[in-house]
Amino acid sequence: MLISYREALNQAMREEMRRDDRIFLIGEEVGYYQGAFKVSKGFVEEFGSQRVLDTPITEAGFTGLAIGAAMAGLHPIVELMTFNFGILALDQIVNNAAKIRYMSGGQLSVPIVIRGPGSAAHQLGAQHSQSLEAWFCHVPGLKVVAPATPHDAKGLLKSAVRDQNPVIFIEAQLLYSIKGEVQEGEYTIPIGQAELKRQGKDVTIVAYSKMLLLALEVAELLAHEGIEVEVMDPRTLKPFDLATITASVKKTGRLVIVEEGWRFAGLGAQIAESVYSEAFDYLDGPIVRVTGADVPMPYSRPLEDAAIPDRDRVLAAVRRLVKGGN
Amino acid sequence: MDREDLLTLYRQMLLIRRFEERSAEMYALAKIAGFLHLYIGEEAIAVGAIAAIRADDYVISAYRDHGYCLAKGADPGQVMAELFGKATGLCKGKGGSMHLVDAKRNFMGGYAIVGGHLPLATGLAFAVNYQKRDQVVLCFFGEGALPSGQAHEAFNLAALWKLPVIFICENNRYGMGTPVQRAVALYSNVAATARSYGIEAEPVDGMDVLAVRALMRRVVKLVRSVPHPYFVEATTYRFMGHSMADPAHGHYRTKEEVEEERKRDPLVLLRQSIMNQKLGTEADFKQLEREVGEMVAAAVKFADESPFPARTALEEDVYIE
Repeated sequence: MLISYREALNQAMREEMRRDDRIFLIGEEVGYYQGAFKVSKGFVEEFGSQRVLDTPITEAGFTGLAIGAAMAGLHPIVELMTFNFGILALDQIVNNAAKIRYMSGGQLSVPIVIRGPGSAAHQLGAQHSQSLEAWFCHVPGLKVVAPATPHDAKGLLKSAVRDQNPVIFIEAQLLYSIKGEVQEGEYTIPIGQAELKRQGKDVTIVAYSKMLLLALEVAELLAHEGIEVEVMDPRTLKPFDLATITASVKKTGRLVIVEEGWRFAGLGAQIAESVYSEAFDYLDGPIVRVTGADVPMPYSRPLEDAAIPDRDRVLAAVRRLVKGGN
Repeated sequence: MDREDLLTLYRQMLLIRRFEERSAEMYALAKIAGFLHLYIGEEAIAVGAIAAIRADDYVISAYRDHGYCLAKGADPGQVMAELFGKATGLCKGKGGSMHLVDAKRNFMGGYAIVGGHLPLATGLAFAVNYQKRDQVVLCFFGEGALPSGQAHEAFNLAALWKLPVIFICENNRYGMGTPVQRAVALYSNVAATARSYGIEAEPVDGMDVLAVRALMRRVVKLVRSVPHPYFVEATTYRFMGHSMADPAHGHYRTKEEVEEERKRDPLVLLRQSIMNQKLGTEADFKQLEREVGEMVAAAVKFADESPFPARTALEEDVYIE
C-alpha cells in the first residue's frame, strides 16, 4: 500500500483511537481545521469533539492538561503544531512528564505521546526551523522517536501510543507528503530498534528523519563511484539502538553521522561518543559529522541551504573519509 | 456543633503541626536535608478543604505539601521516611519533602515549579469529565503562583471546558520574601484574576477551619453536581520562614508582624471555640496531644530505623518496562 507519511500517521492514530477510547487527540487546530498539516483529517467527524480537542494557543496549558489526564488514566496524543512551540511546554515535558514516575517512586505514570514536526521546511525563518531532538534526548524519562518513512512512522506511532512512558515523536513538514510502501493491516514497530536501510561494506552513514532520505540519495550516487555505503536509521533516538549501529560500524570501519540539528552538543556528538566507546578498535578513521550550522536559521534561501546538510556536503564527507582511510 | 467532629478537625491540624515541628528538629539534626517548607500556620486550609471531599477526590499541590498529604490520610511514618530519604518513604525516597505522592489516596503530588501544577490539575479534572465520573479536584497553590502564565493558561482551559477543579489560592501574603503588593498587580483582590476568566471566586478566612470546610462543602457540592471550576482565596499567614533555610521573620517582615499574626493561630482559634462551647476540656486536649505525640514519635522512629534505598534503586522507576 503506497501512502504518504501524513496518511500513515493518520492511519496509526485512527486505528489506535478505534481500539482504545482512553486515547484522545489534543492540540491547536487538530479538530475542525483537520490539523495544521492535515494529519488529523477526518478525526473530528469520526471521533467527535470530545476526543479531538482544539485548544487555545497555550502549549504549556494544554500539554500540562494532557499530562494530568495521563496521570489519571487516559492516553493523550498531544499535537504540537511544530516542536518550536513545544519550547513553551518544556516545563511541563521536562519537569512533569519526564519526572513524575521517578519522583513518585513508581506510583504514577504518564502514558502520553507528544508529536509534531521538527526541523526546517523552506524559508520559515529562525523561530520555525529548529531541530530540537537533542534537547529531549538529554532528559531521562522521555523516549524520543524520529521516523523517516511512512512505514516506520505508522508502526512507531502505534507503539508510541501503546507505550506507558512519555514519548516525543518528531515528524517533519517536508516528509508529510512523501509516499512510501506501508505494510497492509495491523502492525507495530518496536521503539528502540534501528533498521538497516541500505547494505554496504565501505562506510556506514547514520541518519534519521529527513536526513535519511539524503543519506540514501548519497549512497546511490556513491555506488556509481564504487563506494558501497551502508545506511542505518536509528528511527528511535532514545533509547538508542547502539548495538545495531555498532555492528554496522564494526563491519565497515567508517562512520558518518548526518543530522540537521546544531553541531555543538548535537545528537551526533553523543552517537559518536557511544560508538567510539564500543568500537574504537574497528574504526579506520575518525567519525565524521555533517550537521546543521551553529546559527539561527536564516530566511534567505541560499543562506538557509548553507545552514542545512545537503547532498554535496555529505558526498564530500564520505569520499574524504573513504579515500583518506585507505 | 458536634464534639467528636470538632475534636477530629483539631486532631488533624495538631498532627500536621506536631509532625512539622518534629520535621524541623530532624532537619536541625541533619536527618532531613534539602528544602523543607513548613505549613505551620496554614493547617486550617488543608484540613478544612480536605474534610469537605470524598476519599476518591483528587488533591494536587505545590511543594509546601506535608499538610495536604497527611490530611488526605497518608501514613505519617511513610511521610517522615520520605523526608528522611528512606526506602520505606511514600516515594521510596526519590521524591522528598517537595514531591510527596500518595497515589492510592489520590494525593497526586507536590510540585516545585511555581505555577506548573495548575495545568496538571486541569488534566485530572479533564479525565474526570472524559470518563463521566463525578470526582472533584482540589488544587492548592500560593498567591505567588497567580501571576504565572501557566496559572492563567490553566484558568482559561478550566473555564473554557468546564472542568471540575477547585483552585485554592492560599494567600499567605509572601511569595518567598516578596510581599504580594510587590508581585501581584491586583494584590488587594487576587480573586479577580480568576473572575476575569469567568470563574466564580470566594474569599475565606484561612485561619478558621470551620469556615474553610463550610465554604468548601458548598463549593464541592456545586462543582460535583455541574462540573465547572471554582476559585477560593484563603487568606492565611506562614508562621515559619519560607523554608528551613530562612528564619521565621527574616529581613522581609518584622518579628512584630509575625507575632501579631500568630494570635490567630488556627489551632488556638479552634481550641478556644471548642472550650467556649464547652464541647471539650483541658483533659481532652492533653489526651489529643498525647496521641498525636505518640504518632509522630512513632513516625520518626520508623523513618530513622528504615533503610536507605539500595544502590540498585537509582535507575529504577525512570521508565516503565
